[in-house]
Amino acid sequence: MGKAKANAEPALLGRKKGLGFYLKRDWQLYVLLILPMLHLIIFKYLAYSGLSIAFLDYKVAKGYMGSKFVGLDIFKKVFSHRNFLPALRNTLLLNVLDLVFSFPMPIILALLLNEVRVKWFKSVTQTLLYLPHFLSWVVIGALAYQLFGVNNGVINSLITSGGGSAIPFLQEDGWWLFTYVFIGVWQTMGWGTIIYLAAITNVNAELYEAAKVDGANRWQQCLHVTLPSIRSTIVVMLIMQLGKVMGGSFERILALSNAAVPEYSTTIPMLVYDWFRSNKFSESTALGLFQSVIGVILVLVSDRVAKRLGEDGLL
Amino acid sequence: MAENTAAVQNGEMLPLNKRGWTVNRVINYIGDAVCWIIIAIAALSCVLPFVHVASKSVSEEAFVVANKIVLLPKGFQTEAYGRIFQDASLMRSMFVTVVVTASFTAIGMVLTICCAYALTRSDLKGRSVFTMMIMFTYYFTAGIIPDYLLMHNLHMLDTWWCLILPLCFAPYNLLIMKNNFQGSIPESLIESARLDGASHFTILARIVVPLSKPILATIALFYAVGRWNAYSDALYYIQRRTDLRPLQLKLYNLIVAASESFQMDAGAVQVTTNPEVMRAACIMFAAIPIICVYPFIQRYFVQGTMVGAVKG
Repeated sequence: MGKAKANAEPALLGRKKGLGFYLKRDWQLYVLLILPMLHLIIFKYLAYSGLSIAFLDYKVAKGYMGSKFVGLDIFKKVFSHRNFLPALRNTLLLNVLDLVFSFPMPIILALLLNEVRVKWFKSVTQTLLYLPHFLSWVVIGALAYQLFGVNNGVINSLITSGGGSAIPFLQEDGWWLFTYVFIGVWQTMGWGTIIYLAAITNVNAELYEAAKVDGANRWQQCLHVTLPSIRSTIVVMLIMQLGKVMGGSFERILALSNAAVPEYSTTIPMLVYDWFRSNKFSESTALGLFQSVIGVILVLVSDRVAKRLGEDGLL
Repeated sequence: MAENTAAVQNGEMLPLNKRGWTVNRVINYIGDAVCWIIIAIAALSCVLPFVHVASKSVSEEAFVVANKIVLLPKGFQTEAYGRIFQDASLMRSMFVTVVVTASFTAIGMVLTICCAYALTRSDLKGRSVFTMMIMFTYYFTAGIIPDYLLMHNLHMLDTWWCLILPLCFAPYNLLIMKNNFQGSIPESLIESARLDGASHFTILARIVVPLSKPILATIALFYAVGRWNAYSDALYYIQRRTDLRPLQLKLYNLIVAASESFQMDAGAVQVTTNPEVMRAACIMFAAIPIICVYPFIQRYFVQGTMVGAVKG
């Protein structure tokens, strides 16, 4: 990078050029950057200043300046709050379950789709599989209540008409956990195939030829050629997913949770929202800050691991 | 010699494939069947929920109340949809969503294109500083309360702007666009235009933008669909001005949180439609725009996702 720059800009007299030189030469580029950078400074960097209230006994009426500095007291309060540990546990639990169940599905589907030779079938099913990716969580949540409701959900009416008893998919803690994870799998399985299908098309065709000559059937080709060839993609995706175990979509959990199932649905973003609604701004900010710091650390670590394994990484 | 042996091998291979029921062929057929069945089940699971809800929304209420609707409608009515189109607040929400999505996408595109082009110029002083500033915000967000307080201090709460401005410039989209500009537009083209005395504005408008239509479409769609679907920011920012609720938030209040009820037309003597039917119709009302559009835009999304994955 540094070298390329030096070559592109041969220093005529070997003197370092002042800022004025670049401003004069590239003023048009800087003009192009004004609006985006202004946006960044106002909406992102100014917002960071709001993080200070995690260290203040913040009262809306008093503003930043009038509120008392309390050091780490807010964090102590947050960490000792009776809902904090359950929220932390739930955040990790839901994300780990997501990882375990949602992660393999796209790989399996991609391998299966790769075996389909009939073009129309492949493109039609792919289009259908992509649908959930485009839907908002509200629509998915509303759909879930239509399907999984106890009294008027179609699944339960099928179960009861078949002689079974209704299952409280969304109204009981354990079942809710199942439904939450199931919907996650459903939502991501189709879209997740894209990366793997792209990786599969890059597999060297000669490998398949060689495998055929050696008498490998399709199942064996899939297992011993395709899968090893996309292994690096799988590893990267897995590491990146591991980096997100402290994240998780607030919209998803809000759209799927209800008052009947607080046990597992109280995650950190939900707690942030709760505290926001009861005007505990400082606590809410501190909790959010805790989550994003851990999240950033995890992402950085996972990126480092991916690079250590010789992959591109994310950064 | 080598060619000959290869030809012989090929010659031996061909009839082998055509021989009757070898083990491999049986495995092939079973494999095909299993593939098709699993894929078909997965694909149907994505579309059948909508078939069910759509049927519910046009069925007569007696059947809906009795849970008789599975995939096909029983009886027929469109009254529920009629009520939706008469519901002023729902129509207003749709209008808000359309206006917000359009302005959000337009502003976001202008910012992203300008920024992406400037950052592709390798001799720009401070380029890495700008890039780092941008990427930092991608990995570390201030969080919802600082964002909320910022909106409060900028006096943007309960305005159109709080739905349009804060999120309209996304680092991830910028990165995809920048990488695409770098990859798809030859440096020599821009260099020679510069030598001919073209300004950066001219180059951007006459060369870069016309040559990058697919990626521009991709990013515009990323912005538009993202904005259309999001509701958590509105949940925080739109508290008092109920007329500024976007469709998704309205739907959340109506169906998921059930904190709001359908507007009754005062005075109009109507057969009250069953809330179940209304809910189903409402879900379809919110989902149909996306369902109709996504088959045509999916390929742009696929492209964008792959570009993003190569160097996200």
